[in-house]
Amino acid sequence: METIELAIQVLDSGLRLTALLLFACLAGLFSERSGIFDIGLEGKLLGAAFAAGAGAAVTGSAWLGLLCGIGVSVVLSLMHGLASITFRGNQIISGVAINFLAAGMAILFGQAWFGRGGNTPSVTGAAKFNDISLPLVDTLNNVPVIGMLYRELISGHTILVYIAFAFVPLTWFILFRTRFGLRLRAVGECPEAVDTAGISVIWLRYRAVIICGILCGFGGAYLSISQNSFFVRDMSAGKGFVALAALIFARWMPFNALVSCLLFGILEASAIAFQGITIPGIGEIPVQFIQALPYILTVILLAGFVGKAVPPKAGGVPYVKER
Amino acid sequence: MQTQTTATRQQLPDAAGEPPAIELIGINKSFGNVRANRDIDLSIKKGSIHGIVGENGAGKSTLMSILYGFYQADSGEIKVNGKKVHIAGPRAAIAAGIGMVHQHFMLVENISVLENVVLGAEDGPWLKGSLDRARTHLEKLAREYELEVDPDALICDLSVGFQQRVEILKALYRGADILILDEPTGVLTPSQADHLFQIFEQLKQQGKTIILITHKLREIMAVTDTVSVMRQGAMTAEVKTSETSPAQLAELMVGRPILMRVEKTKSQPGEPILQVDDLRVFNQQGVERIKGISLSVHAGEIVGVAGVAGNGQSELLETIAGIRHAKSGTVRIGGVAAGVTGNSNAKTLRHLGVSHVPEDRHKMGMIGPFEEWENSVLGLHDEPENSGGFIMKIQTILQHADDQMQRYDIRPPNVHLRAENFSGGNQQKIVLAREIDREPQLLLIGQPTRGVDIGAIEFIHKQIIELRDRGNAILLVSVELEEIMSLSDRIIVMFDGHISGERDPEFTNEKELGLLMAGINEAAQ
Repeated sequence: METIELAIQVLDSGLRLTALLLFACLAGLFSERSGIFDIGLEGKLLGAAFAAGAGAAVTGSAWLGLLCGIGVSVVLSLMHGLASITFRGNQIISGVAINFLAAGMAILFGQAWFGRGGNTPSVTGAAKFNDISLPLVDTLNNVPVIGMLYRELISGHTILVYIAFAFVPLTWFILFRTRFGLRLRAVGECPEAVDTAGISVIWLRYRAVIICGILCGFGGAYLSISQNSFFVRDMSAGKGFVALAALIFARWMPFNALVSCLLFGILEASAIAFQGITIPGIGEIPVQFIQALPYILTVILLAGFVGKAVPPKAGGVPYVKER
Repeated sequence: MQTQTTATRQQLPDAAGEPPAIELIGINKSFGNVRANRDIDLSIKKGSIHGIVGENGAGKSTLMSILYGFYQADSGEIKVNGKKVHIAGPRAAIAAGIGMVHQHFMLVENISVLENVVLGAEDGPWLKGSLDRARTHLEKLAREYELEVDPDALICDLSVGFQQRVEILKALYRGADILILDEPTGVLTPSQADHLFQIFEQLKQQGKTIILITHKLREIMAVTDTVSVMRQGAMTAEVKTSETSPAQLAELMVGRPILMRVEKTKSQPGEPILQVDDLRVFNQQGVERIKGISLSVHAGEIVGVAGVAGNGQSELLETIAGIRHAKSGTVRIGGVAAGVTGNSNAKTLRHLGVSHVPEDRHKMGMIGPFEEWENSVLGLHDEPENSGGFIMKIQTILQHADDQMQRYDIRPPNVHLRAENFSGGNQQKIVLAREIDREPQLLLIGQPTRGVDIGAIEFIHKQIIELRDRGNAILLVSVELEEIMSLSDRIIVMFDGHISGERDPEFTNEKELGLLMAGINEAAQ
């Protein structure tokens, strides 16, 4: 019985970690499908986390906090767009710059405004996204297995977790069932074809980058006012990069992204759960090793199991008209 | 979209009183100091096939880009069906009924034919309706013009011939009445090209106007009604095809009489220099590209390898050059085994007396941002004559480069100019000079005249033949059948990694070679 409870606990916290990865991963999907590599997911998450934390603390509304997070993240996205689309700069360098910028600015403003070493004040009540209980929990409570799974796993998350998972089919629909999606897929593979069809490559890529910013905004807000109740420096802790790895692992497909984010999320949750565990014959596994495990597995998965993950062909290449 | 109906100049209606499909009046376009188009006047009759010929850099592509809205002319006006139009971009061109099939296809490889056709011409924000409509419309077009393509196939799974059909369908789907095709036969076998020309005829009968840009005079003579010649940015002549000849067109293009046939004596083959035995080569994806090829090239002989691009010719050249390794089989140079299954590389082959002028000179033959003298020693930089171990003998190299520029007529004769700033023909001469000057036993040469103007082609062909006459062996790979036929002493045709036939150029013709290129060996049946 204890094992089952532990497993459910791991899965439950795995889902919470997955939600964050999903926001960032789908954000990257939109950007990279359009041909703009985005190594700045991490920075956008962090910038948005700070803005959401600060916004929620000041206004007392979680939704306004979310809006602040999205705003800052979109501004950072547009900076990346300006550098890499309009000025045709190197997308990796621009992304790295955004990571540094966001990390530094968050602490600078945090210290100036709140004076808590860069943290934002702790928020409670309406200033935070709280766990919601889904309907029918009580009705299903008596049904064996399903009732428990529903109560422990499906129900009892914040609204942002459900939004994150809802973005998966939505992204798929946009990508494969709409005009915008067709153009988005095309512009990342062969911008010349888009240009000769009379569609603006620049505007299309800007829209993709803005969507990326919005999704990172959700991710950041989730970090600071849903998973936690305030912003702490460097709280994104490399999740933006893990999301990027998950994106490659998913081969830039929305439902694959769900699977790979779940994988990385649950891996990390189990790492937390297994800290200090003793394996017979070997002894206690060092905490550091358990913490490193998801990253080691990331490397192994990416190196060994992805096979040839073909990124969008025009990715990373600024569009210049021929001749 | 930006169509304006105010006609400012007098229209030139033809005998039937119909205005021309396209009329260009006084088009000028400059890029910096270069005048790409100067005072171009052009009038193309509705329902005709009009050819535009000219050397590389003559301004054909610029002119067509202006017509398709990629560039804006500095001055001049464009009329479509007698109405003055302002073509601000491809969208405006499409709206004016102009469609373009680019030399490099504008297709997204990992999406379906249907999605490619619909891209940019969708009915609304949701795809389904657009795709359904396109499906029925494509069926209709396929029936009318014999342009059948599986609408659900991915572009990357289609052969180039079918990809080209998709490009044509794309233009027709957008309602194009005027179709511009830029070098459409470069990637086709002769029989595929003939099929394309049949499609042209059908389009013409339906009242469509076709503009064909090409450097192949044979095609111009075969399909066009009228032809314009461009030279150095200006329109130098416009003639009826029935009243001209290839020789006259060539002269108009270059500005001086051109030898159309390469003059050479019969070859005197000596002992075998290159012996390839049962060679098998796989590419990085593990696909077998050369499936057991045996061939030999003798001293004083040019062996031409014909075939549609991508049938293993590139892999053959690269394996013999040492750039690629074979799975099995042997390559011997002058009787010495080259070790192509394991330890060969470009340097070991070079030391066996092999020179290589690669197919893609920009990628493998030169370094664009390097100066000419640096390019003149690429691969030879650590030979004793160029290097004293650690320090390069710069003075010797400079002198040698300067001397080469004189002998190979490389212009401008400035060893400090970056290679990328030379014209295509002169770049090729830089590579050729480097490789031929070593007096190699065996010269491997791929696409010797791709992107090279007619004047330089003549020179390059002469160099190759002189090398042969000095008793060296040459293996030539080219997709230009005319070039293979006029240079080779023996012709090998490759199809799908096999040799599908070997012919004596004296006793064969383009038709027979074309069938072999498609893998059909009539003599064997």
